[in-house]
Amino acid sequence: MTTPPIRIVLAKIGLDGHDRGIKVVARGLRDAGFHVIYAGLWQTPESVVRTVADEDADWLGLSILSGAHMTLVPRVLHLLRTAGLEHVGVIVGGIIPESDVPKLLDMGVARVFGPGTPIPEIVDFLRSSPRRTPTPSVS
Amino acid sequence: MSTATERSAKERWEQEVAQAKPRPQPPTTVSGVPIEPLYTPESLPDFDYETELGYPGQYPFTRGVHATMYRGRLWTMRQFAGFGTPRQTNQRFKFLLEKGQTGLSTAFDLPTLMGLDSDDPRAVGEVGRLGVAVSTLDDIRQLYDGIDLEQVSVSMTINAPAIVIMAFYLANAQNRGLDWQKLRGTIQNDILKEFHAQNEFVFPPEPHVRLVIDVIEFCTRHVPQWNPVSISGYHIREAGSTAVQELAFTLADGFHYVEQTMARGLAVDDFAGRLSFFFNAHNDIFEEVAKYRAARLLWAETMRHTYGASKEASWKLRFHCQTAGCSLQDKQPEVNLIRVAYQALAGVLGGCQSLHTNSMDETLALPTEHAVTLALRTQQVLAYETGVTNTVDPLGGSYFVEALTRQMAEEARRYFDRIQQEGGVIAGIESGFFRREIAEAAYAYQRDVDAGRKIIVGVNAFTEAEEKPIEILVIDDTVEKEQIAALRAIKTARSQEEVRRHLDAIRRAAESGENLMPVLIEAARARVTVGEAMNAMADVFGRYEGAAKW
Repeated sequence: MTTPPIRIVLAKIGLDGHDRGIKVVARGLRDAGFHVIYAGLWQTPESVVRTVADEDADWLGLSILSGAHMTLVPRVLHLLRTAGLEHVGVIVGGIIPESDVPKLLDMGVARVFGPGTPIPEIVDFLRSSPRRTPTPSVS
Repeated sequence: MSTATERSAKERWEQEVAQAKPRPQPPTTVSGVPIEPLYTPESLPDFDYETELGYPGQYPFTRGVHATMYRGRLWTMRQFAGFGTPRQTNQRFKFLLEKGQTGLSTAFDLPTLMGLDSDDPRAVGEVGRLGVAVSTLDDIRQLYDGIDLEQVSVSMTINAPAIVIMAFYLANAQNRGLDWQKLRGTIQNDILKEFHAQNEFVFPPEPHVRLVIDVIEFCTRHVPQWNPVSISGYHIREAGSTAVQELAFTLADGFHYVEQTMARGLAVDDFAGRLSFFFNAHNDIFEEVAKYRAARLLWAETMRHTYGASKEASWKLRFHCQTAGCSLQDKQPEVNLIRVAYQALAGVLGGCQSLHTNSMDETLALPTEHAVTLALRTQQVLAYETGVTNTVDPLGGSYFVEALTRQMAEEARRYFDRIQQEGGVIAGIESGFFRREIAEAAYAYQRDVDAGRKIIVGVNAFTEAEEKPIEILVIDDTVEKEQIAALRAIKTARSQEEVRRHLDAIRRAAESGENLMPVLIEAARARVTVGEAMNAMADVFGRYEGAAKW
């Protein structure tokens, strides 16, 4: 029996149109056997979380080169929790100042990948991270 | 010397090359073009100096657009700047002018670039971050306050709402009592490359291009020293294209604007001299130089022979150059200083008219004053210490550079044919042709880097175990609140009745096809905002999201 491919939603969030990096990552992950859903440009935190839910994704990759990460990422994380999707791992890529990285990790981001990250590094990280299953809801 | 001896010299050399141990990767340019071990007169069959190069300042301008180039006047050192409120950016402009910069270049924030006001819900977290926030005429007034706009040339990097910002600029100039005839500067106003690469578009391609042409037409008649468009390859390259793609797509865009402007009834020689260009300066010095030289040659021959331009000014491709942001690394960021210096050298050896050198810290944040100063100093060292300005086109006549220039022009011509087969530039946008070509090149490049076939110092070779952090600029979080408060105050103070009237006029002009500039200038005075003007136009043009998908 083969394990089903890891499902990852990739999205540009906010107004930033720099999509070279995320498209390269999308291609690279797809070639490495991931199931990649590229949500495209100009996503809002709400629309991204909706896509994650609809696509039953294991991971969410956000690309932000606009400097708005400290506003947008916490909103995404909050909405994921509200939607009961805290098992979905979040990775962030783009232009993220070094001093913001620990803050993002504290909030619950799994990893921040800066410019120049080799694709195999992202592949290895996603493959080696244990797949988290949804927490059964307590009623 | 007998031919036998010559042949034997060549044979001896070939034999030595065949026996030498080659590097593991055969040398290619940054764009992946294979390079020969040696270039000789044989690399340039039928080379004709007069027709291929000629003299600088003369057709076909391969060697430069001015007779004396930098011996006469240096390039304009123009550092792109903008962040926070218009007041903060105004201070940065004055700082740069004091440091010896000779022109201004304005960076707008993302909401403004997308035609959104600072108080738009989609702008949250982005106001004043990547550039200056501009929503009203008052913002433009503060931005250039105290700067002599008849003396300093001003560049504005804005595209989707370019016509609105241009209207603000002209209304502001009028309010200050300045003469439009004397205003010098450039508005980027190149929407086609937004569809190919940079993704800041609002309307569908055709009405968007119409707005570009409205600006060209209006400026041709009323602001004659202004460059109403800067046809840009920079962003195409940043999105991952090869040098040839940058060259070919940019010129194809330029030809499209020429055709559309002529279709308005303007004579080519009345506007062509004010079309300007903007190219990237990437790491590969000779490939870049060949690109700029081929660009001048191709533009001149097409303007002359295809569009029938007869003035020399119409044949000249003048360009701004910026070092490649995408080449900068966040590892060992000070090494970026060195990259930028070599890239700037390429721009100058290629005969640019103005130059922006990136700061070493730009993969981390907006540049600090220290980093910006070093970037500007890089240009000053190049201009005053290295001697590269002493003669025109110093690489001209190099077998290698001439062969590369030829090759670059030929490959660009092949792309022109392919674009034709796609049905032209607009059809190519709609079918995703340009985006696919660029994405393929970007992916191929990344794979080369990941596999170690291309070496990036500090990234996949010569890495440091421990990185020393450098100081970075932090944008104050109060900017957004301050900007929104100021905007709300303006919105409350103005006559709502008047605003409605102007928005109706914008819609009517958008529908009728008349030039939108006059109504937008009037609207600016009534404090119609960027977002409102864009929304009014969207009511008529619709919005475009086609290319936003993968």
